[in-house]
Amino acid sequence: MASYVLRRLALLALVVFLAITVNFLLPRAMPGDPVETQLAQMSAGGGQTGDLAATAAAMRARMGLDQPLWRQYLLYLANVLRLDLGVSVAHYPERVVDEIAAGLPWTIGLLGTATLVSFALGTLLGGLVAWPGAGRLVRALSLPLILLSAVPYFVLGIVLLAAFAIAWPLFPVGGGYPFSYFPRADWRTAGLIAYHGVLPALSVVLASVGTWAIAMRGMVVGVLGEDYITLARAKGLGPRRIFLAYGLRNALLPQVTNLALTLSHVVSGAVLVEVIFAYPGLGYRLYQAIQSKDVFVIQGIVLLLSVSIAFATFLLDLAYPLIDPRIRAAHT
Amino acid sequence: MRRVWREPLLVGGVAILLVLALAGLVGPLLVDPGLAEIGAVRPRRPPNPANWLGTDTQGRDVLAALLLALPQTLKIGLLAGLLGLGLGGLLGLFAGYLRGWVDAVIRTAADVAMTIPAIAVLVLVATNVRGMTVGLMAVIVASLAWMYPTRAIRAQTLSLRERPYVDIARLNGIGGPRLVLTELLPNLAPYLAASFVTAVSSAMLATVGLEALGLGPQNQLTLGMMLYWAQYYGAVLRGMWWWWLPPVAAIALIFMGLLAVSAGMDRLLNTRARVEG
Repeated sequence: MASYVLRRLALLALVVFLAITVNFLLPRAMPGDPVETQLAQMSAGGGQTGDLAATAAAMRARMGLDQPLWRQYLLYLANVLRLDLGVSVAHYPERVVDEIAAGLPWTIGLLGTATLVSFALGTLLGGLVAWPGAGRLVRALSLPLILLSAVPYFVLGIVLLAAFAIAWPLFPVGGGYPFSYFPRADWRTAGLIAYHGVLPALSVVLASVGTWAIAMRGMVVGVLGEDYITLARAKGLGPRRIFLAYGLRNALLPQVTNLALTLSHVVSGAVLVEVIFAYPGLGYRLYQAIQSKDVFVIQGIVLLLSVSIAFATFLLDLAYPLIDPRIRAAHT
Repeated sequence: MRRVWREPLLVGGVAILLVLALAGLVGPLLVDPGLAEIGAVRPRRPPNPANWLGTDTQGRDVLAALLLALPQTLKIGLLAGLLGLGLGGLLGLFAGYLRGWVDAVIRTAADVAMTIPAIAVLVLVATNVRGMTVGLMAVIVASLAWMYPTRAIRAQTLSLRERPYVDIARLNGIGGPRLVLTELLPNLAPYLAASFVTAVSSAMLATVGLEALGLGPQNQLTLGMMLYWAQYYGAVLRGMWWWWLPPVAAIALIFMGLLAVSAGMDRLLNTRARVEG
C-alpha cells in the first residue's frame, strides 16, 4: 500500500513539475519578444511611449528578462510557490491569483455537479442496458444518448441555448446570476445560481452520459459471465440484489479508473461550455483573456487547470484501493 | 473482409464520413469562393432562393462558407490523425518490443501527457504563435493525439511478441527491425486502423475547441472558425439559426461518424479475438 501511494505521489510531483516547466518554457521558446509585442500594443493603443529603448530596458528589468534563463526559472518557481502569478494586463492592477480565485468556485461547482450526475446516471444506465431484464424504455433511451456522446459539449451547448433560452425562453441566456443582481449568502441567491447553471450543466451531462454508459455496458457484460453470478443465482438471491451487489459493484471498479483517465478530457470540454453560456468560471475568463491577449491570466489559468487535474487524478487513484479490495491486497 | 460488411455501425460510419468528404471535395468546385468573402452578399438574410442557407452579419454566404470550411476541417483532422498515429504507433512499438526502461519512460510520458488537459497546452502554444494556418494547426494538435495510439499499440505489441509464430521467426534467425516489419506490423494493422480513428477524433475535438476559443487560423475558413465567428457576433442570441446550425450539424455529423466507425471496429476486432482465441 505504501509503495502504491508513493508511486502515485511521484507521478503527481512529476506532472506538477512538468506543468510548471512547460508553462515557463513555452512562451520563451516561441519566436518574438514579449516586450516588443507589449510596446507595439501600447503604442497601437495610443498610449504614451516616450523613449522606446529606455522603456524596453526598464520593462525587461522589471520582468526579470535580463537575467540568465536558469535564474528566471528559479524565480518563476519561487513565485509560483508563493502563488504570485503576476498581474493582469487587461484589468491592470488586479492580481492573476485573485482573478482565478473569483472564477474557481463557479467552475468547480458546475463541473463537479455535472460530472457526478453524468457519472452516476451513465453508470446506472450502462449497467441496466447490459442486464438481461432491462426494460424497453432503457434501451430506447440509450441510443440517442450514445449518439450525443460523440458531440463536443459546447456544440450541444449551442443547441440547448438556442432551444431553451432563445426559442423557448425557459432558462436565462447566460451568466452566473442575473446581471443587475448583487449576490448575497441566502437561499434566493443559491436558487438563482442553480437556475443559471441548469443549461451549462445539462450540456455536459447530456454529452457525457453516453460515454459512461458504453464503458459500463462492456464491463457488466464481462461480469455477467463470471461464476459468482451463477452462484448467486443458484443461492436463490433476487435479481435486484444480484444486479446491484454482484453486477454493478464489481463492474464499477474499472469505471472509476475511467473517471480518473478522462477527467482532463471533461475539463477541456467544459471550458468551452462556459464560453457559450458566459458562465463566470475559469473557462470564460480564459476566453476573455485570450480575446484581450492577457498573457499572465492565460498562463495562470492554464497552470491551475493542469495542476488541479493532476491532484484530482491523484485523489481518485488513492480512492481506488478503497473500493477494490483486490488492489489493496496486491499492494500490501 | 466479408465480416466488415456485416458491421452496420462500421459501414454506416464510413458512409457518413465518405459523404462528408465527397461534399468537401466537390463542394468547393460548385460554389463561387468569392461568395464566402466578407461583404460579398447582403448581410443578415435568412435562407432564400439566392442564398440557400442565408447570409451572416459580415456578408458571407453561409452555404459557400460551409462548403469551403468542410474540407479544411477534414484536412486538419486527417493530417493530425496521421501524425499522431505515426508518432504514437512508433512509440508504442518501441515500448512494447524493447520493454525495460524504454517502456517505462514511454509509458510514463503517455500517462503524464494524458493527465495534463490538452486544451491547456494547446492554448499556451496557440496564443504564442502568430499567423496560424491550417497546416500549423494540424501539427500543434497532433502533438497531443499520440497518447491513445501509443497505449493501444504498446499493449498489442506486448501480447503479439509472445505468440508462437514470432518465436519461430526468431528461431529462424530473423531479428530486430526485420522481425518487427514482417511479423509484427502486418498483425498490428487492424489495431493501427482503430488507433487512427481515435487519433483523428481526438485531434478533431482539440481543433474545433481551439478554434471556438478564437485561436484558430483567423484568415482561413474552417468549421470551428465559423462557429467562433457565429459566437463572436452573437448569432444564437440574435436568433440567426441559419448561421450557427450548419457548422454545428456538420461537426456533430463528423463526430457521430467517427464514433460509429470506432465502435464498429471495436466489435470487429473483438469478434476476431474471440474466434482466434
